[in-house]
Amino acid sequence: MKAAIITFPGSNCDRDLAVAFEQAGAKVARVWHKDHDLPEGTDIVGVPGGFSYGDYLRCGAIAAQSPIMQAVRKHVEKGGYALGICNGFQILTETGLLPGALMRNAGLKFVCKTVTLKVATSDSDFTRGWNAGDVANIPVAHHDGNYTIDADGLARLKDEDRIAFTYREDVNGATEGIAGVLSANRRVLGMMPHPERAADARLGGTDGSVLFRSLAGALALA
Amino acid sequence: MKARVHVMLKDGVLDPQGEAVRHALGTLGFQGVNGVRQGKVIELDLVATDRAAAEAEVKVMCEKLLANTVIEKYSVEIA
Repeated sequence: MKAAIITFPGSNCDRDLAVAFEQAGAKVARVWHKDHDLPEGTDIVGVPGGFSYGDYLRCGAIAAQSPIMQAVRKHVEKGGYALGICNGFQILTETGLLPGALMRNAGLKFVCKTVTLKVATSDSDFTRGWNAGDVANIPVAHHDGNYTIDADGLARLKDEDRIAFTYREDVNGATEGIAGVLSANRRVLGMMPHPERAADARLGGTDGSVLFRSLAGALALA
Repeated sequence: MKARVHVMLKDGVLDPQGEAVRHALGTLGFQGVNGVRQGKVIELDLVATDRAAAEAEVKVMCEKLLANTVIEKYSVEIA
């Protein structure tokens, strides 16, 4: 598995995401937002959390226009994988690679705590290591995680079994408690919780590492 | 030529910030406020001199960047 982790000005989870991929056996390349190309042979792009461009205009809006995101769009159109976490999820919705939008938390507060997620589908290479209905304890840290989608879009996500994770409690007011969604081809996942922050037994649990191991199992080890 | 873009959440999209402002106004004694919606105003200083062309171009800017049309609506004033 060859992973490319993007760094934008204001990213702060890029290094942790790289380590989580490496621990799952991936060969990781770090990519700068001004790069125009992904490394040859990239299987999956990691779009990390943080505060790209200081969240100016809307979270992820400016990063979505950066040169590397054009390359990510082409990669995804060719059937490549992408994982967007937190600000990365916001960036993927702003680029239109995932449906919906992330609005300000309904409680207006920055929420920073470990939450219990329900794995809503195991039918993806990100979630295959779980059974649908399993729970996972994974931290969230965001101010704009209130997932919003119109009724038609929500119906489509449900019909196509594309809701990957839901919160077991109301964390941010998200529609139907949605914490993560998949693309139509199930190869792009966006999620607000941080699995890379729950991928080391010494640092707050390992529930998140299931996701990286699932990917490693699906994508041949590089 | 100047353009002013108003970006607002679409009707029906809950605006938690607007609701917090409404609540705070109530605390200040303004009891007559039924609802508050909060948005953005973006002012652009344009090179264009043709009004219609400028308006068309700013609308493209709104679609591509200034508004997220999943949740927001916009209007453009050319001055």
